[in-house]
Amino acid sequence: METLQQEQKRILTRAITESRENVFSRYGKTPSFSLTERLLKYTLTFFGWLTVVITLLIAYILIQDGVLFFSKVSPVDYFFGREWAPFGQPKKFGVLPLVNGTLMIAIGSIVIAAPLGLLTAVFLTQYATRQVREVTIPLIEILGGIPTVVYGYFALDVITPLLKKVFPEIEIFNALSATIVVGISLIPLVASLSADSIRAVPKSIQMGGYALGLTKFHVVTRIIVPAAFSGIVASVILAFARAIGETMAVTLAAGASPKLTLNYLESIQTMTAFIVQISLGDTPYGSIEYYTIYAVGLHLFLITLAFNWLALQLVRKYREVYR
Amino acid sequence: MRYDPNFKNYKRYYIYGIIFYAITLTINVFVIFLLFYLLITITIHGLPVLSVDFFLNPPSRFAARSGIFPAIMGTFWLMILTALFSIPMGVMAAIYLEEYSSKSSKFIELVKLNIQNLAGIPSIIYGILGLSLFVRGIELGRSLIAGALTMSLLILPTITIATQEALRAIPDSFRFAGYGVGMTRWQVIRHQVLPVAMPGILTGIILGLSRAIGETAPLIMIGALTFVAIAPTSIMDSFTVIPIQIFNWTTLPQMEFHKLAAGAILVLIVMLLIMNSFAIYLRIVFQRKLSL
Repeated sequence: METLQQEQKRILTRAITESRENVFSRYGKTPSFSLTERLLKYTLTFFGWLTVVITLLIAYILIQDGVLFFSKVSPVDYFFGREWAPFGQPKKFGVLPLVNGTLMIAIGSIVIAAPLGLLTAVFLTQYATRQVREVTIPLIEILGGIPTVVYGYFALDVITPLLKKVFPEIEIFNALSATIVVGISLIPLVASLSADSIRAVPKSIQMGGYALGLTKFHVVTRIIVPAAFSGIVASVILAFARAIGETMAVTLAAGASPKLTLNYLESIQTMTAFIVQISLGDTPYGSIEYYTIYAVGLHLFLITLAFNWLALQLVRKYREVYR
Repeated sequence: MRYDPNFKNYKRYYIYGIIFYAITLTINVFVIFLLFYLLITITIHGLPVLSVDFFLNPPSRFAARSGIFPAIMGTFWLMILTALFSIPMGVMAAIYLEEYSSKSSKFIELVKLNIQNLAGIPSIIYGILGLSLFVRGIELGRSLIAGALTMSLLILPTITIATQEALRAIPDSFRFAGYGVGMTRWQVIRHQVLPVAMPGILTGIILGLSRAIGETAPLIMIGALTFVAIAPTSIMDSFTVIPIQIFNWTTLPQMEFHKLAAGAILVLIVMLLIMNSFAIYLRIVFQRKLSL
């Protein structure tokens, strides 16, 4: 076994006495304009463009079949109708009850996830020792990696029985237990993104606070959190978009009764749960009920896209400020 | 905080500080407690059903005879196929975006933004895409390959973003060293950049696949929720996976089936924990390699 120094010395001596191709034989012989290089470049370019194609495909499919739906149901009835009964007689396609259910779950879960996630992030970045951090962060990541169907089971078989002891009148399928588990599943997302933006606050600003004689409490609450505010807001918006698109937990726990209600103890239906319901049933392909999944899907796609875009703009903004 | 010339109130701020610290600590402990509560409840519910029969039997109308063999095999095949499609596509797209594309191009900026947005689209929308494109569009039917293609599109942004971040973490000095001895661009990527970025890329791949292993909604959309009693033998076969089996059992009214669901959840969570711990290990390796 030769040591590293011996190897370096050998390579250097050879580099001086021999030509470059002999020493770096695996590198030196292929110029950048060779056929393999160009082929590789084109292949990689193709895969880079593939993501654009996927987006266009999603948009194309949703819009094409969504238009078919809206040629039979007027958009005014769809967007402002207060009753959703696609299987009823007569059929009613007013989306407001589904939007109402979706927003109930999303807003409720954010009310749970935002404070818990943010304060977890503050603790982990400002107070926890390195050892605590190294144990805690993977544990919280596990919480975020648990599939949502598991959260659905958890809501139905654990949270609802617990809630039944507090509110005896609660229905088996209810918005509250779905909201609670969606909130729990969003904590890691809020925590990790907020922690990132808190870490991006420059040390010099914090030290400035201490130099003025502030206590740690004031440095955290009056300097660090306000400085990281746009990032924290972005993480909350991303979590909100995730809650809107969340499917399995709400399908299992919130039920399938589209209602215009604000009562969390009742059963409701979200947009995602409705799409699942259609694909589970034996709705004939080509019927108007079938095309509702494209209309609701397009609606959902546009809502989440808007929130994602907003959050990304905010993230970009705070990244530029402290570079 | 108002400036206080006599420092009369300074003690108050320390008390606030202690209260605030206590609140954040409590919440942190509470979040960890939630995780353990979830894991322990499911272990208590699910552990009694785990038996050799449970792993080797197909699902059945009778809870006592039901098992998850087809679901385990379906998950296994779906993961292999998804990995085959998504890893090359995701990694190559990331290499193109980070190493080949021009950094100043407005269009490439747009593509990168687009990938970030794709990562945020709800999985059920990918299910609608898979249903229209693969199941009906190119008539693959409700087969394993249609499911794998749908899953690949779903986790493609996750893998691409993670790979991009791993590549961006490699300092330019690594690349210049390669160009300095006359390597071509691909050689620099292949021999200088990729070996160092590999643990980071693998972490992203594992995270993507562990997302795919737990996703249920897109597979329900493409119609994987039919009664499947045998394990798939070819890529055109219908299939079921563990999350779908969980969903199926949870929607049934009888409590015995809910117990079975908890057992299947336990199997799924153990698989995820193994994948997660591997990802955490690789991340530590990556950070060590970079700090060398």
